This record gives sequence, C-alpha cells and structure tokens, in this order.
Amino acid sequence: MTVLADPALAADARRERRFFLSLSLPALFIVGLAAILPIVWIIRQSFLTTGGEYTVGNYEKVLSSGLTWSALVTTLELSLGTLAICILLGIPLALALASARPRVANLLMALVMLPLWTSILVRTYGWLVLLRRDGLINAALTGSGLATEPLPLAYNFTGTLIGMVHYMLPLFLLPVYAAMRDIDANLIRASASMGATIGQAIRTVILPLSAGGIFSGSIIVFIYTIGFFITPAVLGGGKVNPLSIRIERTLSTFQDWGSASVLGILLLILMALMGVMFLAARRLIAGRKVGTAHA
Amino acid sequence: MMKSLPITIDSVRKTYGSYVALDDVSLDIRAGEFLTLLGPSGSGKTTLLMALAGFVRPDSGKLLLGDRDITRLAPNKRDIGIVFQNYALFPHMNVLANVEYPLALRKTPKAEARQRALDTLARVKLEGLSERNIAALSGGQRQRVALARAIVFEPRVMLMDEPLSALDKNLRETMQYEIRRLHDDLGITTIYVTHDQREALTMSDRVAVMNSGRIQQIDTPQQIYDRPSTRFVAEFMGEANIVAPGSVRRIDGADASREALMIRAESFHLDAKLVGRDGVALDGTLCAKAFRGENWLLTLALDGGQEILVCIPAALASGCAELTIGQQMTAYAPAAKVHAIPGAKA
Repeated sequence: MTVLADPALAADARRERRFFLSLSLPALFIVGLAAILPIVWIIRQSFLTTGGEYTVGNYEKVLSSGLTWSALVTTLELSLGTLAICILLGIPLALALASARPRVANLLMALVMLPLWTSILVRTYGWLVLLRRDGLINAALTGSGLATEPLPLAYNFTGTLIGMVHYMLPLFLLPVYAAMRDIDANLIRASASMGATIGQAIRTVILPLSAGGIFSGSIIVFIYTIGFFITPAVLGGGKVNPLSIRIERTLSTFQDWGSASVLGILLLILMALMGVMFLAARRLIAGRKVGTAHA
Repeated sequence: MMKSLPITIDSVRKTYGSYVALDDVSLDIRAGEFLTLLGPSGSGKTTLLMALAGFVRPDSGKLLLGDRDITRLAPNKRDIGIVFQNYALFPHMNVLANVEYPLALRKTPKAEARQRALDTLARVKLEGLSERNIAALSGGQRQRVALARAIVFEPRVMLMDEPLSALDKNLRETMQYEIRRLHDDLGITTIYVTHDQREALTMSDRVAVMNSGRIQQIDTPQQIYDRPSTRFVAEFMGEANIVAPGSVRRIDGADASREALMIRAESFHLDAKLVGRDGVALDGTLCAKAFRGENWLLTLALDGGQEILVCIPAALASGCAELTIGQQMTAYAPAAKVHAIPGAKA
C-alpha cells in the first residue's frame, strides 16, 4: 500500500479495512457462543469431581482404562478406513464426472448428491435393511448360490464402514470434482499431443493439479468421521465402539460428566493433531519443486 | 535437421448438428513448408488444426502424414508438436520440467533429456530461466517455453493455434520473426493458424484463406494479396476497392474488363504520368481527406455513386493538402495493379 502516500487516503483505506473486518463480528459472536464457550466449559468440567471439587482424577481414570485406548484405535480405524475407501472410489468417480459432457455430468452429480438430501438416520436404517443377516443382499447371495452362509455385513466393523463411506463419499467428491473441472482442457490435450497416454496424463497432470481438492476432501472426511455417532451406533451393533460412543455411554450409563469431558478433549486433541498433519503434508507436497517430470 | 513430412488433407468434413465446421476441405502441405490457415473466427481454421492434432474426429475424409493415414490415430501417437493459444504450460512444473515432459514420456535417459531440454531452451533464448516457475514468466517467455516444449521431442510436424494473439504488438512482431527463423533452422512442416492477415503475409510460404468451413484460396502471400480469387479474399486481405467495370476507363481508350475489378487503395496515383498508357482512370468527387502521417487517405465518390478509398504515400502527395472537398478529380492505377475477380459483381 505504498501508493497511498497521502495520509488522508491512508486513513480512508484503514477505515475501509476496519469496516470490512467488522462485518465478521456477528459470525464471530455465534462461533464464540456455540463453539468456544462449550469447549471452555468442557475443559473446566474435566477437572471437577461430581461433587464440584477440583481434581485430576478424571484424567487418571480415563487414560488408564483399556476401553479408552481401544476406542481411540477404533476411531482412527473407522476414519482412516473411510478416507481410504473414499479416495479409492471418489477419485475415479471425480475423473469420470469431470470428463463427462456437461449434461451427463450434471445428472450424475445429482445422483451422487441424492443421499445428502436424506436424513442420516433413515439412510443408516436403510443400510440395515440391506445388510442384515436376512437382509436383501444376503438373501440375494444365498438365493443365487453365490454364498452358502449369509455374510456378516451388519452389526460389525464392515457394516459401519459401508454406512460411513456412503455418507462421506459425496462430501469427498465435491471438492475433488471442482478441482478437476477447473483444470484447463488444453493442458490435457497438450500432454496427449506430447505422447502421454490417458493414464500418464492422469498421473502427471490431473492428479497433481487437483491435489488441493483431494486434500480438502480428505480433511472434510476426517473431521466428519472422527466424531461419527449414529452410524456406528446403529450398524455397529454394540461391537464397534469409537470415542463418540464411549462418550455417550459414559454420560447415559454413569452420568460421569468429568470422564466424558476428558474423552471429548481427547477427541479434540486427535482432531487437532490430524489437522496439523494434513496441513504439513499439504505444504510438503506443494512446496516440493515438481522438477520431476520423471514421475 | 529433422526429417519433416508432407501432410495431405483429403475432403475432410466435420459437422456439429446442422452447423458445417469443415466443408470437404482438401489441402496438400509440402514437407518443410510454413503454411498459414487464415480466416475470421468461425471459419473452421481451428477445427481443421484440431483434426490434424487428433482432438476432432472428421465425419468423413482422410488425413495423411507422409503416406501414413492418421485419420483415426490417437493424438498421443501422432508425434505432432502443438503450440496452444493460451500456451497450455503445466503450472505445477518449472520451465525445465515442462520442456523435459515429452522426453520423460518417451523414457529418454534423464541426463540426455536434461541436456536436450537445456539446448532447446537456449535455442529459444531462455538460458538461465530453466528453474523458474511458470507463474513467474512474462507472456513472451511463456510463449518461448511453449515453443521449446513443442520442438524438443523433434516432431515431424508442428501445429500452432494463434500463438501470438495474447502478446502486445511489438512483442508479436519479434516473435513472428523468431518463429519463422526457428522454422527455417529446423525445416519442420508447420501449420499456423491466425486471423491476422498481416501476420499471415509476413510469416508464410503459402496462405490458405478460409471462410465458412471452406478454403477460399491457397497461394503465396503476394498472389493472395494482389490476385485474390474471390471477393471475400480481396476484402479480408486489406483495403480493397471493388468497382463495377462501367466506372473505370482505360487511359488509352481501349475497352475495359467486363468483370468486377479490385484495386487496392495504395495502388492509386493522382498523376497520370506515373501510370502507363494501359492503366485505368476513375473519375469522381472528393468527399473526404485525412492525413495519416505516412500517407493521405482520400475518399472519392465515383460518378456512379460508389465511394472508393485512395491512399497516396506522403512522399508523392505534395498537392494533397491543397485539395478541397467537393472538387472533381481523377485517380489512376497501373494495369498490373488492377485485378479482375472472376465471376464477381461490384
């Protein structure tokens, strides 16, 4: 802003900046009220006994419990498993969408988005109808002789993962598709003209240029799935217990606000750690000189 | 020197619904020739170029590279270098990686690829910029990277789609010269698309003028300019006066042509002595005059009512300042500069 040498102009510019900053106040107020305040409250709660005295006992209890650590592992398994499957399914789907003609792409996109307009509870129970021992899928498999025994698809880790992938795939797809659609078609033509096969063009041009979208999608998947409750509760059948379910059980069964708060803080720390890791990985990849055409 | 190949375009047709983009286009391009496809937007020149590149599949007709039929060949197997209008450089690679890219695809050993990329960058005068990011380059530098990338793998044919349209005028003229020099060094068959007639005249061995999906005329720049075969070509190539034979008289009194005549504005003289006996004269009234620095531009209303433009170089226009609007005068043109357009009415 060295152009604004005139103090009056500089003052004008400052006033303008202050005005635009002030536009964020209502949103900041709500975020502060709905997010920061409860977090502060939870932190306070985690240091209190049921009687209201200060203690670190909640931490000792929760961190020494094997259930906590197995819940942590289950949470990570669900999140990373969902993410891995979303990447495997979502990237080819995004490639197909981005290369389809606009009318076809819009139709496919509407189909992909359809699940988002249905309540998660309805969808989860819908999966139950399909995946149960006597559900549609097992009936078809045993009926056609493809399987002699019904496959264990519901009330376990597999069923939970299926339900979570179904929920997350559209949310993963959106940023990836947007990034791929924004790639100049001439770049892909240029790579073809220089001899690239479709596979080489995807690897050397499309994927590097949509890395930002893939990262955004991954962060969305991770943030959502780390606190997922309904799907493991319904499709897990009591055998899949991530942190979210431990928190609920601690509260509803034991009314132990202190321990539940500690578990909540654990979830927050996990989220922050993963967030930092994602951002670091992203910076690493973006910052690397892509001087390597030899991919 | 690369071994370049001739190209044969044989009755290629391409339609989009009811719109005819290419209407049975046939064209032979010689090995090592610099040929320009010139035409207004929508004339089909870019569609033809994209058909050669393999990104547009013709409805019918054949494309030959040498004696090999490439009509149905995938773009990545054609071995054709392309410079795109917006350069299409890879933004996630630096200059060197962009130029090494086609060599990497061909599994050229790394050290050799690097050396060839650096040599090609030197050829387009980009030494020392190999580690730059694409975003940090000027328009002219990007143009040079695009050129280097298109020639580094020694393709037998090069296609260029309005490569200079994004550059300012001075840079464009420098690049015209450099592209032509590069072509002469490499001897590579080049098809160049532009809508700028001056660029086409300056750079090409031959120019193919296109309109509405057809080739109107294909000829050397001089022939295209002086002897256009259609009214469209005459008018597209510069300030052309197309006059009815009745408005023109031969200075020596002989019968004039029966067809419409094209006389370029700059072919006229105001002094009959500068034009031979077999030249022509046009009588009219001066209705406007303008001094344009290097020349005077006069507008004459002929006796039939048609207005023509007369352009007199400043060095020969000593009397022009004294001319008054409304005065009767005569413009003369030498016979060699009067061109009858076959079948055209004025």
